[in-house]
Amino acid sequence: MRRVVPVTDRTLETPTTVTLRFPCAEPAEPGQFVMVWFPGDDEIPMSLSYTDGPSKGVTIKAMGSTSQRAQSVRVGELVGIRGPYGNRFDLSPRRVLVVSGGSGAAVLAPAAEQARSRGSNVTVALGATKAPELLFRRRFEEMGARVEVSTDDGSEGTKGFVTSVAERLLADEPFDAVWTCGPEVMMRKVVAAAAVRSVPVFCSMERHMKCALGMCDACSLGPYHVCVDGPVFPAERLSSVPDFGTFHRDSSGRRVPF
Amino acid sequence: MDLRNPFLLASGIWGESGESLAGAWRAGAGGVITKSIGSALRAGYPNPTIETYDHWGLLNAMGLPNPGIDEYPREIEVARRAGATVIGSIFAGDSREFASLAARMATTGVVAIELNLSCPHAEGYGTEIGSTPEEVEKVVRAVTQVTKTPVIAKITPNTRDSAALALAAERGGAAAVSAINTLRAIAIDVRLRRPVLAHGIGGLSGPAIKPVGLACVWQIFEKVSIPVIGVGGIATAEDALEYIMAGARAVEVGTQVTFDGIGVFGKLSDGLSHLLDELGFARTEDAVGAAHRASAPTTR
Repeated sequence: MRRVVPVTDRTLETPTTVTLRFPCAEPAEPGQFVMVWFPGDDEIPMSLSYTDGPSKGVTIKAMGSTSQRAQSVRVGELVGIRGPYGNRFDLSPRRVLVVSGGSGAAVLAPAAEQARSRGSNVTVALGATKAPELLFRRRFEEMGARVEVSTDDGSEGTKGFVTSVAERLLADEPFDAVWTCGPEVMMRKVVAAAAVRSVPVFCSMERHMKCALGMCDACSLGPYHVCVDGPVFPAERLSSVPDFGTFHRDSSGRRVPF
Repeated sequence: MDLRNPFLLASGIWGESGESLAGAWRAGAGGVITKSIGSALRAGYPNPTIETYDHWGLLNAMGLPNPGIDEYPREIEVARRAGATVIGSIFAGDSREFASLAARMATTGVVAIELNLSCPHAEGYGTEIGSTPEEVEKVVRAVTQVTKTPVIAKITPNTRDSAALALAAERGGAAAVSAINTLRAIAIDVRLRRPVLAHGIGGLSGPAIKPVGLACVWQIFEKVSIPVIGVGGIATAEDALEYIMAGARAVEVGTQVTFDGIGVFGKLSDGLSHLLDELGFARTEDAVGAAHRASAPTTR
């Protein structure tokens, strides 16, 4: 059932990314998502960036027209919320490598937070196009995670893609699991790098979504539906999906290359 | 048309990708019906496209999203390679467009073509051209003239006399009719003072509409001699048997997939076998229309 609730808090996280908080009493786990409706505009799937307590949150990067509009939503504005939907990260691994590209940190931060509170070691490879776009850097540091930064333009940390930082970390240290979210091409590289060392990888996936109930098939990904079989997929399930990192489907259902 | 069991995946459910159609087949569907395909790519309506309720129903206005008939056959091919019995659903704005689409669809290896004459929320399509017997007959005749592939006309409940539409489809040469599509419906958010769905009007499906679908199938069965396929709110094997006793030879299942997952197909076909055994029917066919043959109710 959809609930229409006011936005209770708005935080600008980066120049292009905003966090909106709203009341949502339903229990939620890191990895799950909600359908967020901006009345008069679209309804979009957003992973929860804050999963604890009665006030949940989503962190939205300006990409399409709706996420662009979401940037200027004010406290008190009404939004529609459905969910939480989908599966969650398994929080049991003791040594976790988190690999975040761009806004991927939105779903990874609450997972890392809970892993830390259970006493796990968390290392974060945090990538962004440039320094001001590094999402949740301080949040990761404050939870006691080790953070390794990379930027495409070299304005902070290692210059280049976050995948090279992840590859170095995987080569140097033992991990029990890798959690990753970001551009699919990036996640594919992370999966390949971890596979060499037999470290299990869990990817938070995104597809065009409509019903979020496992019916309409908009978010189909090989034999899976991201809304009910995901959004978190173990890499071994994705390895048999030819579209992983190569194709997605548009609103009509047509396969289009990334 | 031979089906391994009477439970078909309804159009619009799991029908965007061939992998999903194959998945529904592997889960035990007796056949799978594609999403309704049109002449050209159509994005469908923006979200919200869905309003959820408890398990009694679901409201949607997807807006016939589909990649178009040039693109879609690859999905059918994927499903067919998995062994699936595929029925191709098409929608069009007039009889000529229906005919040319049907001719294309017939070349994809589908075992039948279902004509969407009943979507309640797409301007210029569906119910808008499927609500008079004249139009239905004209469309069905145009299609059956261009293809030998069996044609199923999907009939709307949003009209005074669904049985007259089914009879028109039979006159036009349809091999079967399916009934019903969703009921025209709307949801309003009182805090926002606006319709919930981006399109406003949508279609109601799920258990709430079963009695309506049953009445349509009941009346259609009394008028036509071609097979009837029952659709609308089937959640259990007993629901399916109700449709069969009302006159359906097969049934379509859609919304229940959101509540039970795709495994619903295995459960339904197993459940129906047991139920038929229990009630003393040797074959599904023996139960078709059984409720029409009832003598005066026994009151002892």
